[in-house]
Amino acid sequence: MLSFALKRLLTTIPVLWIAITACFFILRLAPGGPFDGERPLPEAVKRNLEAHYNLDKSLIEQYFIYLGNLLQGDLGPSFINQDFSVSEQLLIGLPYTLIVGGLAFALSIIVGVLAGIAGSLYRNRLPDVALGAFILAGLVIPNFLVAPILQLVFGLQLKWLPVGGWGEGAVTHLVLPVTVLALPHVARISRLTRGAMIEVMHSNYIRTARSKGLSDMRLLMRHAIKPALTPVVSYLGPAASYLLTGSLVVETIFGLPGIGRYFINAALNRDYGMVLGTVVFYMLLIIVLNLIVDIVYAWLDPRVRH
Amino acid sequence: MIFFRARKQELMAAAIKQSMADAGLAAVRAQNTGGESSENIATAIVGRSLMQDARRRLYANKAAVVSLLVLAVLIVVAFAAPLFIPFNYEDPDWAAFRAPPSLATGHYFGTDQNGRDLLARTLFGTQVSLVVALIATLVSVFIGVSYGAIAGFMGGRIDQAMMRFVDVMYALPYILFVILLMVIFGRNVFLLFAAIGALEWLTMARIVRGQTLSIKQREYIEAARAAGVSNRTIIFRHIVPNLLGPVVIYATLTIPEIIVVESFLSYLGFGIQEPLTSLGTLIAEGADVLEVLPWLLWFPASFLITLLLSLLFIGDGLRDAFDTRDQ
Repeated sequence: MLSFALKRLLTTIPVLWIAITACFFILRLAPGGPFDGERPLPEAVKRNLEAHYNLDKSLIEQYFIYLGNLLQGDLGPSFINQDFSVSEQLLIGLPYTLIVGGLAFALSIIVGVLAGIAGSLYRNRLPDVALGAFILAGLVIPNFLVAPILQLVFGLQLKWLPVGGWGEGAVTHLVLPVTVLALPHVARISRLTRGAMIEVMHSNYIRTARSKGLSDMRLLMRHAIKPALTPVVSYLGPAASYLLTGSLVVETIFGLPGIGRYFINAALNRDYGMVLGTVVFYMLLIIVLNLIVDIVYAWLDPRVRH
Repeated sequence: MIFFRARKQELMAAAIKQSMADAGLAAVRAQNTGGESSENIATAIVGRSLMQDARRRLYANKAAVVSLLVLAVLIVVAFAAPLFIPFNYEDPDWAAFRAPPSLATGHYFGTDQNGRDLLARTLFGTQVSLVVALIATLVSVFIGVSYGAIAGFMGGRIDQAMMRFVDVMYALPYILFVILLMVIFGRNVFLLFAAIGALEWLTMARIVRGQTLSIKQREYIEAARAAGVSNRTIIFRHIVPNLLGPVVIYATLTIPEIIVVESFLSYLGFGIQEPLTSLGTLIAEGADVLEVLPWLLWFPASFLITLLLSLLFIGDGLRDAFDTRDQ
């Protein structure tokens, strides 16, 4: 188990390195420099700025300086918001993104698995049909459409929940963003669980267990649930990355101060340093999350280890 | 069951042959059979290809048939209707700003904050979304099929390295790369197509590789190799055409995915730019003023959802039609 985890960890390092290198050089292809403003800077000032940000060195030198800084957790300077480095800005935004994303992750697993089990147990009856309709809606209606509708209904018309903002992390402020972020994943996870449960419930060992007189509840909890959850676990890796992309929209719509919003603003303002830093940071996050998911998967299903 | 059906068709073919001979319609027969012997009529009718079977199963699927109709209507309306509307998507109607939908003014979907007719804009947006999706899908099919077929055919180390790369790409949130590219190269519509397509090929590559692995075991590939055909020709002449079924199915499922991605990017401000518009851009504009000008959201949103739903059902229907495992 430990050797599997270590091996898996080792394979992620080249992946990360390739991705970082690609992003670094792609961004250097960008036309124009970070200091090409509407008002041209005096030559001396520009030279000093470039020297300060190491832009006067060769591309290869810059690359190694960047990698070296990265190893020390320094994601480089932000060219627009110059009072804060990229790392500082991301650290400010990270807790918000993690709280909303983490809650959405937990919500989609819990609700998705429960709904999926319910759907498989009441197959082709009312709960299952309702679930099917919900899954379809969750798969088809994009989050940038769900969000404004929920804001209108629960925020403006019913006035139950605030329309946006962080509100010192009050639960009422979290309900809508977390729901919007979780919905498509609730749909996907419940579909996966339902399918897997139906397959498992038809397998021979379940029939054996039933024939020896186990109660339905015990059958479900002891025998059916674990194998039925493996496709769900393998979905969690991609889910983590979908949640991050979803958070771009959700943070923008609900005005949350997370890193998704920093990224969008940086991209709209062409803050190359910040964009590069955020992408690298996102990839780090995704790769670590995938690593965790893979290890959990190997722990659940020993066949994967070999 | 199949035996009986075949028998029945044989009898029918025989009956047709008989009646044609009786009527002395030799000329007609020659036309119908391409001048070959009349024996071919019987075999032509009895044999049912995979395609025919699949089509029959697809037509039996109500959701898919209805969706096909809906999609066809939507496409025709999106491309033809603008010719009959007195407004275009970019010029304001100075007499009607923020006008609600009404039959009297001729703005059936109302107008937006700049007085532009929403019906014209929605139809134009639908066109753009469809065209983007089509081009991006073609790009993704091209890359995915070539990559998957080469990996599957080569096998061994090359296959492992190529598929490992796909695994890696899977783990990364590719929307970030699209945004990255948009930041660098400016918001160019064609770049948008290419970037989305170039990043959406991963699943296609996996599916194609799997199929290729099984196809390359067939005898006709062995025969081609024995005849000294080059690898390249085997891949593109003998393997790729046989991948058609799964590729078509998956491409149908890719189109709605790309429509969502394009809308998503446009919503965030990285996609289609003014004065052009797409369903995503329209939804973004509508969402901002949902409380006061609700029609600006509802119309584009219902177009988007109809489009996505029908594509989803068609894709599912195609998959079920080609998937013979349930038979």
